[in-house]
Amino acid sequence: MVPTSYYLILSAVLFGLGVVAFVFKRNVITIFMSIELMLNAVNLAFVAFSQARHQSDGQVFVLFVIVVAAAEAAVGLGIIILMSRNRQSLNVERVDFLKL
Amino acid sequence: MISFLNANATIIIYLVKIALLLFIVLTVNAYLTWFERKVVAHMQSRWGPHRVGPHGLLQPLADGAKFLLKEDPTPAGVDKFTYFLAPLMALALALTSIAIIPFGPEPLHIRGRDITLGIADLNIGILALFAITALSVYGVALAGWSSNSKYPLLGGLRSSAQMVSYELALTMSVVGVLLLAGSFNLRDIINAQAHHPERGILGWNVWPQILGFFCFFVAAVAETNRVPFDLPEAESELVAGFHTEYASFKFAMFFIAEYTSMITVSCLCTIMFFGGWLSPFPASWTFTHYLPSVILLPFGLWVIWDGIRYETIFGKIILPGVGAAITAMGAVLIAFPAVNEFIQGPFWLLGKIFVFLFVYVWMRGTLPRFRYDQLMSFGWKLLLPVSIANVVITAFAILMWGAR
Amino acid sequence: MTPQLAIFFVLAALAVLGALNLIIQRHPIHSALSLIVVMIALAGLYLLMGSEFVAAVQIIVYGGAIMVLFVFVIMLLNAGVEERTNVSKLAGVAGIPLAVALLGFLAAAIARSNESAQAGVESGTLANTKEISTMLFKDFVYPFELTSFLILVAIVGAIVLAQREKS
Repeated sequence: MVPTSYYLILSAVLFGLGVVAFVFKRNVITIFMSIELMLNAVNLAFVAFSQARHQSDGQVFVLFVIVVAAAEAAVGLGIIILMSRNRQSLNVERVDFLKL
Repeated sequence: MISFLNANATIIIYLVKIALLLFIVLTVNAYLTWFERKVVAHMQSRWGPHRVGPHGLLQPLADGAKFLLKEDPTPAGVDKFTYFLAPLMALALALTSIAIIPFGPEPLHIRGRDITLGIADLNIGILALFAITALSVYGVALAGWSSNSKYPLLGGLRSSAQMVSYELALTMSVVGVLLLAGSFNLRDIINAQAHHPERGILGWNVWPQILGFFCFFVAAVAETNRVPFDLPEAESELVAGFHTEYASFKFAMFFIAEYTSMITVSCLCTIMFFGGWLSPFPASWTFTHYLPSVILLPFGLWVIWDGIRYETIFGKIILPGVGAAITAMGAVLIAFPAVNEFIQGPFWLLGKIFVFLFVYVWMRGTLPRFRYDQLMSFGWKLLLPVSIANVVITAFAILMWGAR
Repeated sequence: MTPQLAIFFVLAALAVLGALNLIIQRHPIHSALSLIVVMIALAGLYLLMGSEFVAAVQIIVYGGAIMVLFVFVIMLLNAGVEERTNVSKLAGVAGIPLAVALLGFLAAAIARSNESAQAGVESGTLANTKEISTMLFKDFVYPFELTSFLILVAIVGAIVLAQREKS
């Protein structure tokens, strides 16, 4: 039996690492991955609460989060492909114009 | 020593079961390559392997020795970690999926302990299998990328697109079976097909789920990268696809992984659509329980007769020996009815799995490879809609008439 | 230490190390691989809590679809090693200590929170697959339908974005 607080702390740590990765990385794809990491951390908190309170709605929410993440990945990677095609670079610092 | 064995019996039984299953699967893998070469050779009016041992039966051994002894160069410019990880991952995932397959209905009673046939009996059996299949894309994709060479990269790209596309159809096509069984557990799925024991073959899932079976089998062949979906390793276009830069034992790992996933897919087809270990005959026909002996006895006698006529001295000794062993097995089954009853489930399961493996080889001998755009349009425009339609039809049928 | 706690610590360490490796590695593929490790470790934690279905979905969708898409795009674009650009000085001086402090506060708050959070997660107590499905298709049926709409929009959007313009 593992205390819920352990899961929550782990979730917070993972979310924090996700934020750090989001801020520090320069590659668009890696930045996208750090968003996925943050979503995963939130999922962990959802499941931990759901199991601690014996209610399933948290797990249903996790399924929704996963669906949203999938949709986001599809559109986001489409944008990344466009970006690398137009600018020949995946560095976010090279994307500083609003036009092509 | 004895007390130690008794105290840790559960763990030791598991370890022994894992080691035994691993040994059996690897041996079957080796002889599957022999079987494939032999069958394809006869389909193309050739002899196939026949030099190493009688009828080429020792060919797998020679191949294994060759894999171990060949030089294993690492090409320059590869991404070391990923390059070594990819074959390991492919092999480990392929072997893990076998652990979920149940091989027989009754547990084996040995000295007061029940030993179930099969390693892990999971509630989410089929989902776990799909999870493992989903991860096995990485083995191929990473192998292609890390080789730092253009043909493997193209092979890796093709295979990851192909496997992700066909995974959808694969998953959707079994939903009908899951609706009928009301469970993810593989044992429950088989037992759901045994609801009318007097119907025998007519009670299997393949009749109500014929569309689902078609979609599943095609998608599963595509998942295992076999002919006619072997674009990731199309030798006429991509040299050897994702494993071009792999040699020696690392190549053997991909090879074993491919054949193991063939076995897994055959197991899954059998379990989900063809009644698993259920006999195709009605339960009241008890005389069909002698079928294993009826097959084994003549086959063993034929092997002995064939061995006596064989040209080389080696074959004249080995083949009659093997034949005598097979005949003895058949005789034992008649002599001990308890053993015969126990062997019924595994006999039918293994027999059906063998038929599916033969179908795999048969397809390799007959079908040409798909073009890439044909592959994609087939997967997305035919397989996926049909499997979704199958889910809808099954759901309506269950709503109207109940699950059985 | 109960075996469950030991498994928790192993998986948690795996997840945190994976996340750290995501930051340290400079090649996108290595970052993606470490993220996959995090996801598999999280799936293990869900199994430990007894949420089998969520664990399976986590691996199938995250590990088998989303991350494969990432790896596919990295391979397709042949993304190289990340360029180093100079990081703002302010981030080093103020940002990192602030982030650590925030984390510490969060952890302290969670650890000292009320009884329910301390109660602990027993594995396999409740919430099996059947219950989740009932909830998904009864209480949450409108959000569920909305997600299907979202997916449709995403598919169309991705196709429009990635399509080459016809000249």
